[in-house]
Amino acid sequence: MNARRFNWPIWAGFLLSLIAFLSYFFVFVWFPVTRDFPWANLLLFAIAAGLLLVGVRRAFSTGQSSREDSPPKVGDRPRPRRSKIAATVLTTLSVAIFGFFIFSIFIMARRLPASHSAPRISQRAPDFTLSDMNGRPVSLLDLLTSPVNGKAPRGVLLVFYRGYW
Amino acid sequence: MTILQLRVSEHQSSLAKFEEVGIRPVAISVDTPELSRNLAEQAGYSFTFLSDPKADVIRRYDLLHASAGTNGQDIARPAEFLVDSSGTVRWVNLTENYWVRARSDQILEVAKTLR
Repeated sequence: MNARRFNWPIWAGFLLSLIAFLSYFFVFVWFPVTRDFPWANLLLFAIAAGLLLVGVRRAFSTGQSSREDSPPKVGDRPRPRRSKIAATVLTTLSVAIFGFFIFSIFIMARRLPASHSAPRISQRAPDFTLSDMNGRPVSLLDLLTSPVNGKAPRGVLLVFYRGYW
Repeated sequence: MTILQLRVSEHQSSLAKFEEVGIRPVAISVDTPELSRNLAEQAGYSFTFLSDPKADVIRRYDLLHASAGTNGQDIARPAEFLVDSSGTVRWVNLTENYWVRARSDQILEVAKTLR
């Protein structure tokens, strides 16, 4: 009867929501298939939603509707108010976590400048001279002419990144 | 290694393949040379890091993401350019979503067509 009183689907659903959020940044981001679109995380959120739904039903059930054919047992009495509060709080938190995930991945991450004047295909790449990590000046021309693997390079891949922020 | 260095780390893991086809990957950010050196030593990166602390080149390439750094400093938005030996841009990736990036395989395909 204690097993029935402990509303495990609510807790499992809440924990799974947390895992669904964190696993993107710590696990799934390392694999292009699960990073470019976070389907693995959305799947985890869907399972969490199912568990929460079951948990909410348990918390708010009267204890009689499902067992009308059998005589009421001690453990079958209506759930205490505490259980309803826990279910409400954990479900709300889970929804908030989901909302924050959607915001981070689909809205926040799209707030990038449009870069309309960035060099386009078949344009010349603007020349530059910058310091390498030993403080030596390096120009685009140096990069395009000094050998790669003992041969003249076929090209240079310029990777602009945000830096160690 | 943090998630934020992911973009760079991916190119490191493909470095041998890039060099095989004669492509030199170069990472550019507002980080100082010292910071880049520490990062490269810690994470074992062996390709070229260039430092653009005043974001002059980043501005020239129209890649400035104003006040987007942790301390509100100007930084570069993520972008990749494949430039051939004549200095002409042959492929560009200006991602619209920070989490969506070009895959090294895509870049290698284009690289193989360069003369």
